[in-house]
Amino acid sequence: MSNIARDGARAEGEVLVEGQGPQGMISLRCDLGAAALKTALAGEGLALPAPLSLTREGARAVLWMSPDELMLLCPYDEAPALCARLSEALSGTHALVAVVSDARAAFRLTGEEALLRETLAKLTPADMRPEAMPEGCVRRTRLAQVAAAIWFEAGAAHVLAFRSGADYVFGALAYAGRSGARVGHL
Amino acid sequence: MSTRLAQGGRLIDRAKTLRFTFNGRQMKGYAGDTLAAALLAGDQMLVGRSFKYHRPRGILASGAEEPNALVGLGTGDRFEPNQRATVTELFEGLSAGSQNHWPSLEYDIGAINTKLARFLPAGFYYKTFMQPRAFWKHVYEPFIRRSAGLGKAPAAEARDPDDYEHYYAHVDLLVIGGGVAGLQAARIAGQAGRSVLLIEQGPVWGGRAPVDGGEIEGLPAEEWVDRTLEELTAMPNVRLRARTLGAGLYDHGYAIAQERVSDHAPGAQGPRHRLWRIRAERIVTATGAIERPLSFAGNDLPGVMLASAVRDYLVNYAVSPGDRTVVVTNNDDAYRTALALLDAGLSLPAIIDARPAGGGALMAEAEARGIRVLKGKGIAKATGGARITAVEVCAQAGEGACEETITCDALAMSGGWSPVVHLWSHVGGKLNWDESENFFRPDPQRGPVNHDGNAHVAVAGAANGHLGLSEILEDAGSAAARLFGSAVPEAPEASPRDEAPMAPVWLMPQGAKQALRAKAWLDFQNDVKVTDVQLAAQEGFTSVEHTKRYTTLGMATDQGKLSNINGLAVLSQALGEGIPQVGTTTFRPPYTPISLASIAGEAKGALFQPVRKTALHGWHEAHGATWEPVGHWRRPYAYPRPGESVEDAVNREVTAVREGLGLLDASTLGKILVKGPDAGRFMDMLYTNMMSSLKPGACRYGLMCSENGFLSDDGVVARLDEETFLCHTTTGGAERIHAHMEEWLQTEWWDWQVWVLNLTEQYTQIGVVGPKSRAVLEKLGGTDVSAEALPFMRWCDGEIGGLPVRIFRISFSGELSFELATPAHHGRELWDKLVAAGEEFGVTPYGTEAMHVLRAEKGFIMIGEETDGTVIPQDLGLNWAISKKKTDYIGKRAQARSFMDNPDRWQLVGLETLDGGVLPDGAYAVAPGKNDNGQVNTQGRVTSSYHSPTLGRGIAMALVHNGPERMGEVLEFAMTDGRRVPAKITGTVFFDPEGEKQNV
Amino acid sequence: MLILTCPYCGVAADETELHPGGEAHLTREGPESDDAAFEGYLFHRKNPKGVHFERWRHSHGCGKWFHAARCTVTLEVFGSYAAQTTEPPQEIREILTARRPGWDQEAKA
Repeated sequence: MSNIARDGARAEGEVLVEGQGPQGMISLRCDLGAAALKTALAGEGLALPAPLSLTREGARAVLWMSPDELMLLCPYDEAPALCARLSEALSGTHALVAVVSDARAAFRLTGEEALLRETLAKLTPADMRPEAMPEGCVRRTRLAQVAAAIWFEAGAAHVLAFRSGADYVFGALAYAGRSGARVGHL
Repeated sequence: MSTRLAQGGRLIDRAKTLRFTFNGRQMKGYAGDTLAAALLAGDQMLVGRSFKYHRPRGILASGAEEPNALVGLGTGDRFEPNQRATVTELFEGLSAGSQNHWPSLEYDIGAINTKLARFLPAGFYYKTFMQPRAFWKHVYEPFIRRSAGLGKAPAAEARDPDDYEHYYAHVDLLVIGGGVAGLQAARIAGQAGRSVLLIEQGPVWGGRAPVDGGEIEGLPAEEWVDRTLEELTAMPNVRLRARTLGAGLYDHGYAIAQERVSDHAPGAQGPRHRLWRIRAERIVTATGAIERPLSFAGNDLPGVMLASAVRDYLVNYAVSPGDRTVVVTNNDDAYRTALALLDAGLSLPAIIDARPAGGGALMAEAEARGIRVLKGKGIAKATGGARITAVEVCAQAGEGACEETITCDALAMSGGWSPVVHLWSHVGGKLNWDESENFFRPDPQRGPVNHDGNAHVAVAGAANGHLGLSEILEDAGSAAARLFGSAVPEAPEASPRDEAPMAPVWLMPQGAKQALRAKAWLDFQNDVKVTDVQLAAQEGFTSVEHTKRYTTLGMATDQGKLSNINGLAVLSQALGEGIPQVGTTTFRPPYTPISLASIAGEAKGALFQPVRKTALHGWHEAHGATWEPVGHWRRPYAYPRPGESVEDAVNREVTAVREGLGLLDASTLGKILVKGPDAGRFMDMLYTNMMSSLKPGACRYGLMCSENGFLSDDGVVARLDEETFLCHTTTGGAERIHAHMEEWLQTEWWDWQVWVLNLTEQYTQIGVVGPKSRAVLEKLGGTDVSAEALPFMRWCDGEIGGLPVRIFRISFSGELSFELATPAHHGRELWDKLVAAGEEFGVTPYGTEAMHVLRAEKGFIMIGEETDGTVIPQDLGLNWAISKKKTDYIGKRAQARSFMDNPDRWQLVGLETLDGGVLPDGAYAVAPGKNDNGQVNTQGRVTSSYHSPTLGRGIAMALVHNGPERMGEVLEFAMTDGRRVPAKITGTVFFDPEGEKQNV
Repeated sequence: MLILTCPYCGVAADETELHPGGEAHLTREGPESDDAAFEGYLFHRKNPKGVHFERWRHSHGCGKWFHAARCTVTLEVFGSYAAQTTEPPQEIREILTARRPGWDQEAKA
């Protein structure tokens, strides 16, 4: 049973928009140059991503959010334990690690790549052209009237937004990708 | 009469007949027609009445500059006023109606205004409708509203059924305008590998060239356009988009364009309009030029048209505006119209050329074909009623003595051309006056720059003042190359301009008398005549911007398209200054009106605004909650039961909490984690209290102020461990306070080791409130919540009913109370368990209004009720929450200012009405005397006011001058109906002053 | 609609992704300050026609505050730089001296 407003929601138009349901998420604030961080991540088989990008290891990924903030993705149920292990590994370091799985909602858009990009480009001022936004590039931006993080991975577009706005974000994505609204620009 | 010719028409498809109606009249046109072309083909020259004098007006132009043919399009939910017939593509079933007439287009009562024209001079409204003031509301305003104005707004209950959207595009080069200049600029940049977006406002590419003729690269212009389009379409880096109007240019390469996706095919799937929000590294505006009217008496009669428009209707749509068309001009270009008329086999009695020597090669060609050319002549006046019937010819140099009357049913006029410099001006590009061509053209030395300091906008082709094909193409290629610092390519070979110089003719004849000038229109849409501008100058309106507003010249949809230069010229002559000295008015976006719906884009209906929902939203909705918007959140205001009023529900909820058990969804309250070795130090700066002394496991209520000293937010702080605090903020304060913390950490105390994280949405937080709250938690079990294990103002981690929770023993109601935070994923489950387990205790979910009543009964302040950005904690009796030991906190210095560090302020007290009633929120306490504005003096104001079901009477809090010193005093509060209601000053705690109920 | 490049994440951000913060390089005046100094800190702001140092936050992005040196007339952006500084860095000063000779004299005036 889930409270995430858009768990399982689905809208099919020019693209398929889906609410992803429970997604484990951990916010980590730390000096990203700290050796302890690298070690802590390595201990989990993870690597520090370059700015504006992500690293992935199976179901887990590390997203670069700011010069001193990472977002870890993992299966929902694994988040508390992973958070505890990372906190422990960083115990001597000035760091903040917290589970935020319930604070955000995750969406996935699938379909023809150009259409995925055009759908998002109806809502965000960020440049969605492939050269500006290649696979694996993580961009935090504005999606219509709310904040969101966007990236492309394995042929899908991914969107993270605050949970309270999940209905709005799902509605906006579904509207932008509705049937007949193909732009034909990208 | 105007009619459809038997042959020709490059844009129409005679095989496809389209039916439409105009003012209910059934008419027919062809696919490819504009509405204006189809109206003319059906001899519907009269299309509207003028704004002020209700004069009959006909179609004047063939493009976006049309001032007269504004129609109401569609019906019902799809009705849209003020649409230009000249740019409306005809479609099957189109329904259009004329505007600004009553009772009918043909017989308009308001036309009496034209007889009164000399009583309606410039500034008439300003001068006349001044006194008496009382007349404004019931006499003047209704009169002005009825007689003025263009189209009517859609019906109030109409709802636009179409959808709209935005699209953010990023390109190397945006080219605005799909004429030969735009095509060539896109081609050059496309060949250089740039990503190019070329947009054209109309459905057809090529601009004027296919109508005006000439050769490019050995091909007729039309064929060159087709070939270039093919070439551009084949380039993967070039995108072409027709029906897309470049509406505005803004800073740093930002442009707005409106694509009319399905205006020509109503009901098609997808958006009707798409607003393009474009970021371009570089921009070329190739927006062409607009022909100017000539100013002579009667130039507004139906049948008087721009010469280029007459040519467009002939060549593009095979529509002849009249059987006998006279041409009047001050330049060579209008001769092309004369030749086109001859080619179509129409009658052309004369060309009236104001230049004493006439024109060049084009005139020679016309004369060779037998056209009579009257040189050095002008039109004294055009005569006729609903349609022009004749022109009186005079010497241009004279005062208007008639030399000859020529009957005609159409008149093609040309006063020369004005480059469309609007977009260049939008971004601050400056203009130069060209003395030989008599127009403003862009000054490339004084153009806008991009963020990188480089010139990023270039104007090309006719918009840049080049009027010959060869010059246009050379300019366009060079503009595209120069913007990117590339070598200028060789220009394609094309017909050069071979024309005699034009002559500036600002008034026809140049010595026209008052009676003639008073009928010579400058601005057709706004009914501004030569005499109006002259009067404005005479009355001291020497600035062009002032004259514009006084006379309304160039206002509304015209935006200086047709009226601008002629008006400026008349003003400059009246002022005895040169045109460049007088200058031009400011061009503002949009270039032509765009739909409000496209500006709104997706933001309508459910997407109008993000509504933030807690994890319990669905439960609240299912249980009949009425909502209170708090920021973007929706919080339950109350849960009225069937048959119960909201007020009754609030009373029931309050009583249930006081007597048994209430549940509150407190998830929206901000929850911000502050962690690090310097967290205590940082907390002491953020809060007025001492927070660093708080022990892990304990909670403390705290206040935050702005640097200006005013109370900004409040809430309970829990110390999680030595390094970590959890700060609760108000619902509206979560994002703001989080940003406030980040700002101080990043920009002032960047050497402090503190991280903050906004965890607001991670948790569902439930207030379990009332005498039975402990009982329900004990029933669900999992954590010892006894008074000994969890005393007041402590917190603990644990489980309740098998779910992970953090329990805060805090109270905003004065009752025994616990707040349970659980990951939002589990929120609904925890809530459901509490509801089920609480049944035996009379569990009652309560909303924000009951919460307010409960806190007001206890005298707890609320940010946004007791505070309004001018209130300091000291005003609210919160001195106890301000540390005297700390040397500094945000707001401390400000609160030391003399007017704050002073008891002589409005301060918080309680109020009891003498009759037990409820004071209106915001009511003022009156004081003796009046202020300098004659208003009654005040000495206080109600900040919160409720009916207390617990006490059975009204209670209120108020800020009152020196209030705490005045206990027991009765003040009078002013009602909006003039009554005064007395209320007694009391303490702020109305219920359980000893706090016994929460401390059990 | 400006574009400013965030010096922290390198994104060329649209103005709608940014939050403006007014004049940069103010010095906080604390409890010991006199009334005039405090008033200046709290209320007095430059409004130059020309070179201006401003605070911006990449609010719909990495969340960092940064500084931008910008011309209020032409909207040219001379550069953006980290907020953890009390004055424009040397690199920005050199750009300004090249692009706007005399800028430092105007800034003092």
